[in-house]
Amino acid sequence: MNSGAPAPSGGGGLIILATFLVGLMLSQIPLPYYLEWARPEWVAMILIYWVMALPHRVGMGVAFFLGLFLDVIKGSVLGLNALSLTIIAFLTLLLHQRLRMFPVVQQALMVMVLVGINQLLFHWMQAFTGYTGDNLIFLLPCLISAVLWPWLFVVLRGIRRLFRIK
Amino acid sequence: MAADLYSAKVRESRAYLSLLLTPLQWVIDVPSRFAGEVSDIVVDRSLLVKENAKLKSEALLLERKVQQNDALWFENNRLRELLKGSHRVDEEVQLVELIGVNPDPFQHQVIINRGSEDHVVLGQPILDAGGVMGQVTEISYYTSRVMLITDARHALPVEINRNGFRTIAIGKGDLDELELDHVPDTADIQENDLVITSGLGGRFPRGYPVAIVSKVIRDPGQQFARVRIKPTALLDKSRHLLLVSMPEVPIVSADTQPEDPVTASEEER
Repeated sequence: MNSGAPAPSGGGGLIILATFLVGLMLSQIPLPYYLEWARPEWVAMILIYWVMALPHRVGMGVAFFLGLFLDVIKGSVLGLNALSLTIIAFLTLLLHQRLRMFPVVQQALMVMVLVGINQLLFHWMQAFTGYTGDNLIFLLPCLISAVLWPWLFVVLRGIRRLFRIK
Repeated sequence: MAADLYSAKVRESRAYLSLLLTPLQWVIDVPSRFAGEVSDIVVDRSLLVKENAKLKSEALLLERKVQQNDALWFENNRLRELLKGSHRVDEEVQLVELIGVNPDPFQHQVIINRGSEDHVVLGQPILDAGGVMGQVTEISYYTSRVMLITDARHALPVEINRNGFRTIAIGKGDLDELELDHVPDTADIQENDLVITSGLGGRFPRGYPVAIVSKVIRDPGQQFARVRIKPTALLDKSRHLLLVSMPEVPIVSADTQPEDPVTASEEER
């Protein structure tokens, strides 16, 4: 890894990629059926962190490609997650300076809103292509994501500082 | 997105994308495989002996059933020939393993470890030890995606084993329940009836168990009776599955007479 001596560009591209890969893996680990509804949106959370911390490196393009992979994993129409993640990345880019100032709890609230927007967009568009849900339980992941945010934030910040990714 | 819905070219690119993701899926599957292997190693001897005895007695029972089954199979074919009907053809099966589950709870899909390199084709039925599980809906090179019969978009032509009443089992997006569609109030369906595939529609072979009728609600205010059925396959537990290859059904015209019934039926096997 290029962790020891950061490249002029800031280095750590591989590390960022690795965190996203872990996120993709976490988002398809088999869970018991009833827990499936509560699966946090790992990829969206990790994306929000990196966009917030390094807006000049991780942006909407990365979000788009991540979304494509997520689409393949979830078996949804190609481009659904790509669109919703791109929108989240855009919103985070708008908010990133404020987000950095917030205490972690307030950040978690914003993450809840952002992931909630992601879920709403995703399920709204899924409904166009024939999948319907009859209740609001699909919003549960955004609550869980918000609850897990402080830990994820600390871990990712630790990683960023450890490898001095700028 | 529209491109994905309407064009086959994009489907291909999807296969490439999932090829990229295949190693990830394997990696995720490692812990559960590892756990299985560890529990195979760390098992005490008396347990193995007990299990062995149990399996032997089970095998004996099953063998007895198969013997009878063989005789019945030939008898059935002979009777069919008497009636100048067509043969029942045996399907070929391939053992496959489940390596992943779709993380989206709205879609009941699983991922299996065979793909187009292993000659999986679209629409192939998947069974487990209990009964029908689903059909292949998407193929990549080394993996493919199976839609379970409980998916809200799945419908399966079935019949009641007791009396041959034909209907359609509709998935509801609920892992342990399906519903029978448009069943008249007067239809002869009782609780605990076995529901089997009817083979109509040509996707699923005939005669595999699908579900047990769990509840029949006859409401005079409704046009149709509501029949709930419980799948016999362990949809959320099975790991080793069977991929069925539907045989090319030979079209036998009425005037071609098979020479000798017994040899003809043996050739078919």
